[in-house]
Amino acid sequence: MAQLTYREAVARGIAQEMARDENVVLLGEDVAKAGGVFKATVGLLEQFGPNRVLDTPISEQAILGAAMGAAMTGLRPIAEIMFADFLGVCYDYIANEFPKTRYMTNGQVGCPLVVRCGNGGGARFGAQHSQSVENWCMQFPGLKVVSPSSPVDVVGLLAAAVRDPDPVVFLEHKSLYATKGEVPDGEILDTLGTAKILRPGRDATILALGLMVPRSLQAADVLWAEHGIGCEVIDVRSLVPLDTQCILGSVARTGRVFTVEENPRQLGWGSELVSIIADEAFYDLDGPAVRITTPNIPLPAADALEDLAIPSVNRIVEMIRHSLSA
Amino acid sequence: MTQKTRPTAGETVPTGGISPDKRLEMYRLQVLLRQAEQRAYDLFLENKIKGTSHLSLGQEAVAAGAAAAMRPGDLSFCTYRGHAHTLARGVPVEKVLGELMGRDNGLMRGKGGSMHLTSVEHGVMGSYAIVGAHLPIACGAAWRAQYKGDSDVSVCFFGDGATNIGAFHEALNFAACRKLPVVFVCENNLYMEYTPIADVTAVKHPGGDRAGAYGLERIVIDGNDADVVYLTMVKAFARARAGEGPSLIECLTYRHSGHSRADPAKYRPPGELDRWKERDPVSIYRRRLETQGVAAETLDAIDAEIHRIIDDATKACEAAPSTSADILFTDVYADGGCSWRN
Ligand SMILES: Cc1ncc(C[n+]2csc(CCOP(=O)(O)OP(=O)(O)O)c2C)c(N)n1
Ligand SMILES: [Mg+2]
Repeated sequence: MAQLTYREAVARGIAQEMARDENVVLLGEDVAKAGGVFKATVGLLEQFGPNRVLDTPISEQAILGAAMGAAMTGLRPIAEIMFADFLGVCYDYIANEFPKTRYMTNGQVGCPLVVRCGNGGGARFGAQHSQSVENWCMQFPGLKVVSPSSPVDVVGLLAAAVRDPDPVVFLEHKSLYATKGEVPDGEILDTLGTAKILRPGRDATILALGLMVPRSLQAADVLWAEHGIGCEVIDVRSLVPLDTQCILGSVARTGRVFTVEENPRQLGWGSELVSIIADEAFYDLDGPAVRITTPNIPLPAADALEDLAIPSVNRIVEMIRHSLSA
Repeated sequence: MTQKTRPTAGETVPTGGISPDKRLEMYRLQVLLRQAEQRAYDLFLENKIKGTSHLSLGQEAVAAGAAAAMRPGDLSFCTYRGHAHTLARGVPVEKVLGELMGRDNGLMRGKGGSMHLTSVEHGVMGSYAIVGAHLPIACGAAWRAQYKGDSDVSVCFFGDGATNIGAFHEALNFAACRKLPVVFVCENNLYMEYTPIADVTAVKHPGGDRAGAYGLERIVIDGNDADVVYLTMVKAFARARAGEGPSLIECLTYRHSGHSRADPAKYRPPGELDRWKERDPVSIYRRRLETQGVAAETLDAIDAEIHRIIDDATKACEAAPSTSADILFTDVYADGGCSWRN
């Protein structure tokens, strides 16, 4: 058992997979010599050499395109797109190429690759370096989307993503890179499409992802300690595939559901989950399903403004309390 | 591949024909950019500036020489490393520092931040944080000028690293085939983020060696010499205004600080920074002016005046309230708000 930071867990997960399978390769901007701008790939160049760990030019289309070609023909590439926002400049691969290949070729060609990105806000980086882009990725049939919130989940889900036969977008939260957690020794392999109940509770279900997971846990503590409201906090972890069983099971127990999403409101991942709940668990609900999100705005840079925009512990507490007492 | 780290003098060195007033203007600008960036750096260390920030320390000659050659009405398109280019167009220091500090007196009242400085009234049409994005945008502004018969030129600043993204090549080709009045200024500071540009680029001169592919002249200049930058820009502007099309100018320069605030720049080979500091644009320029007979007191007075300006701006920013919550929801749409449903 070791205490690892979230960023060390990324390197540990990649190293585990590269050691296991020589077809696993890593490419991206500043990932090799510099160890990544978020220092999440430190030591990999030294351990696996320059043929397997590549520094690329600032050429996101070449990064994802090359990853795809390599994946189609036998490698298992892990491609880093430094900030998730930059998926915008290589969106063709996310939208048109990766997810459609298997289907269009009637199963002849797969794209077993992982795209890792630093996702999310909180660092005062402004509107083009802070976005939560889960919903940019989860709308395409054929693409999988994962976002871990703890170091141990980083290792296990990254390993699962690398071994998955389909393309996976792996969203690492920038504001979690410095956080620490226990990670057992030895190989760790998790399962895509599994959510985790992190805290049991009888009164409401909170569905959260990434940085919103620790905030929801804190909010649940406050709601319990100060208001006697018991919240079941679920780390959704994997949006595609989605652990509908776990989510619907919890809603059936609590009768109320809240999503806590960092993305702006329109078409955030929670809207899809709430729609599933409305379809399949309507009669379990004792009140409206409520989405707690960033409002319909781009993220501002100033700290005072960014803190108001992204759901805070306080806002989660207030919205849940208010909604349950209404 | 290893990058040749010895500072190379510009391969094209135009000379002469700069008025004493213009020279003093360029000195003043370089001192302003130097002191403002140093102040920004100090304010980081005091944790009064949050987030990230990309300084142009060491690259002042490009911003000063280019701005000195521009007319009011010409348009600047900058990157996240845009403080210097923004200040060089006359945007007050207080507004820039205020924006970096997230204060109500900031250029965009904190909504944009360090990477997105924009001041339309000064011709600063934005700072873009997605590498390469603004090259095609500058083409569009130049296309408008051509279409409307306006005489302004669009100037697009970017780094060596940006030449490896598709948008660079698309913009160059588009501008060249439509003969657009746009000047592309590639500030080659030898590094993309932490990776030497030579490690990831097929040619030695990321800008200059690509020019031929778009039918443009290969222009590689000493970007640490404001006079050289100025004279090269003057020619490029004349060409653009005469309807002869775009130019691509590679300026050889070096950033004295790390890529951004998080970067201690440990990847630099020993001695490289020192060698470039010997060619510090501000000191070189000052020595040149003194050799040309400008009194040291005249230059000292400029230094002191700038120092006062920066101090006053800092005080004003420290006294300014932090940006107010009510602007969180404004200006998402043209109706002023963020509402998308009734
Ligand atoms: C499309 C895109 N990819 C990557 C980045 C991350 N990034 C920011 S600056 C930078 C290096 C840019 O290098 P260069 O063009 O030489 O400009 P410099 O920072 O040296 O001025 C990188 C890779 C980005 N902002 N946008
Ligand atoms: Mg550079």
